[in-house]
Amino acid sequence: MNAIHNTNHTGSRNSPPALDHPQLANIFTADQARAHWHDGALWFVRQKRDRMAKAIPEWEELRSLASQIKAHALANLPEYLELFERQATEMGAVVHWAADGQQHNQIVYDLLKENRAQRVVKSKSMLTEECHLNPFLEAHGIEVVDTDLGEWIVQLRGEPPSHIVLPAIHIKKEEVSETFHQHIHTEEGNYDPTYLTRQARHHLRQKFLGAQAGITGVNFAVAETGGLVICTNEGNADLGVSLPNLHIACMGIEKIVPRWIDLSVFIRLLARSATGQPITTYTSHFHGPRVGGQLHIVLVDNGRSAVRSHHTFQEALHCIRCGACMNTCPVYRRSGGHSYSNTVPGPIGSVLAPAMDAHKHHSLPYACTLCGSCTDVCPVKIPLHHQLLAWRGEMAERKLIPLSKRLSMKMGRIVLGNSLLFRTGGWLARFGLRMLPKWLTHHRLNTWARQRDLPIAPKQSFRALFQQRKKRHQD
Amino acid sequence: MNTTDNRNPRRTILDRLRSQSVPHVALPNLNAGAWIEYADPVQQFTEMIKLVGGNCQCIDSVSSVAKHLGSFSQRLEAKRTYSAVEGIPGNVNLGDCHDPHELENLDFVVYEGALGVAENGAIWITDRDLRHRVVFFITQYLVLLVRRTNIVHTMHQAYAQIAPPRPGFGVFLSGPSKTADIEQSLVIGAHGCRELQVFVL
Ligand code: SF4
Repeated sequence: MNAIHNTNHTGSRNSPPALDHPQLANIFTADQARAHWHDGALWFVRQKRDRMAKAIPEWEELRSLASQIKAHALANLPEYLELFERQATEMGAVVHWAADGQQHNQIVYDLLKENRAQRVVKSKSMLTEECHLNPFLEAHGIEVVDTDLGEWIVQLRGEPPSHIVLPAIHIKKEEVSETFHQHIHTEEGNYDPTYLTRQARHHLRQKFLGAQAGITGVNFAVAETGGLVICTNEGNADLGVSLPNLHIACMGIEKIVPRWIDLSVFIRLLARSATGQPITTYTSHFHGPRVGGQLHIVLVDNGRSAVRSHHTFQEALHCIRCGACMNTCPVYRRSGGHSYSNTVPGPIGSVLAPAMDAHKHHSLPYACTLCGSCTDVCPVKIPLHHQLLAWRGEMAERKLIPLSKRLSMKMGRIVLGNSLLFRTGGWLARFGLRMLPKWLTHHRLNTWARQRDLPIAPKQSFRALFQQRKKRHQD
Repeated sequence: MNTTDNRNPRRTILDRLRSQSVPHVALPNLNAGAWIEYADPVQQFTEMIKLVGGNCQCIDSVSSVAKHLGSFSQRLEAKRTYSAVEGIPGNVNLGDCHDPHELENLDFVVYEGALGVAENGAIWITDRDLRHRVVFFITQYLVLLVRRTNIVHTMHQAYAQIAPPRPGFGVFLSGPSKTADIEQSLVIGAHGCRELQVFVL
């Protein structure tokens, strides 16, 4: 169930390769209408983000500042973690440390057991998804309800989220209606989003009122004040931790920002980049527990320090999980979040996943056209497409790319390095493109040609054209 | 280096981090930024609140707010109301309430925000004098008051001016709770308040 081991250096885990991204993408694109709809829905979010970014003249300056603050925090991470721990403890919180997902799950479970909590509400947290906390707790007889509407929908359907901000972006309202009809007996065939949301509100209110503990993720942790910041639109995190006495907040160690004032930069960037809103509805700041309550903060490494040790990829830890790189990515939009088989999909997921397990996720750096759009929108300026390209080099070096790709690369090097071969190859291609029948170029083995047509070949090569021109000019 | 001590994950993590070299970058000075300034921050604030799904009205005094609320249908229909603003009555006394679950049926809450932000319509509220912070989230209808002199342009000014209650809770609240998780259709009223009314004094 829980395949988390200790890692000491980047990508050293050796689990079997996951299904390749292209194979999984095929499943998604088989339903063309849905793939188009998905593409459009995400592009709509991307456009909202653009409008918001353009309304702020200092947008680029904010991105630079965010990147600098994150780089500074990452360089001094051990000191800031210790400062945060001191300050948070002084406020009355209890700080726990977990080297990996297993330790994290155990800490959370022990806290729940100690407090005899059987029913738990959870707000959105990609970290707990990454650690597979839900199945772990459920195996111990604890009821966990994901209260973010999108996450609840995927939880009821037994699926993982397909996007870090919009977990149910791949699901149609008819399917939501069916799921709700099955689980909470809403009217059959009523697809109205307002009706469905109202029913969910009503049902989940009872869960909030019955919960004995609230688990949340964390967007930012402030070292100098010992405070946590959690951003939601639904108000589910706040409601979930204001009723029961036990609040457990789970965070990756990279969530630290040094100063209180630094929040201003990140809060201005986060919601605008994520959903094109000027700010999330609730931006909540917690310092210590409620009077009479408990606040436990679990600091989790689970592979993050391994990413930090890698000079090429350490900047990926600046990520504030806004999802903008996914919304803009032409591959993500058309292949869906599940095709990445990783909690965090899209460009940032394709950088982070191989860092955790290069063998399993070897195909992800290729789920990219190198268009660079992700790098352009990233609010903390992670050079995502450069990192994806760098991963391809790493994969080749570690012999983690398929033989077909390795052989064709080798061939490419030989042909491009020899002018006679190159010329002959060009002639052959021009001839072949004109003469070969489609059944020969578009056969089952040539996956590249599956959704592409070949260009009409020119009669002459560029070299021949150039020679002719030169001759005409001389005459 | 890289030793894993299962009994002391804190040491393991800190040792791992300390054994790595990461290029140093100075912490930037945020006071030097040339941030956007609105010609009329109150108007910008008002527009933003409408954009994020709330209602906003400029009004001259607390007694006018009280008068105004007297004719609000949501107020007239509300059975349990809580007000933290002097001059605006409520019928729930948080002092009598020992368990926040008792506030389950709270319909209507009136509170004063310490600060408003023009760029995004956010209002800073804290639980400094409040026994149960759940009132902000459990109520169906929320009314917030903000003084126009407390409206700033951007989040930079906002964070510079407020000090978080330590220990305690503070939230920037912008609009009513909402979700677009079903096919990106915006629905107002997810888990928190279903309507937000702001009065700028
Ligand atoms: S990598 Fe950048 S754009 Fe992508 S989720 Fe992280 S912060 Fe957002």
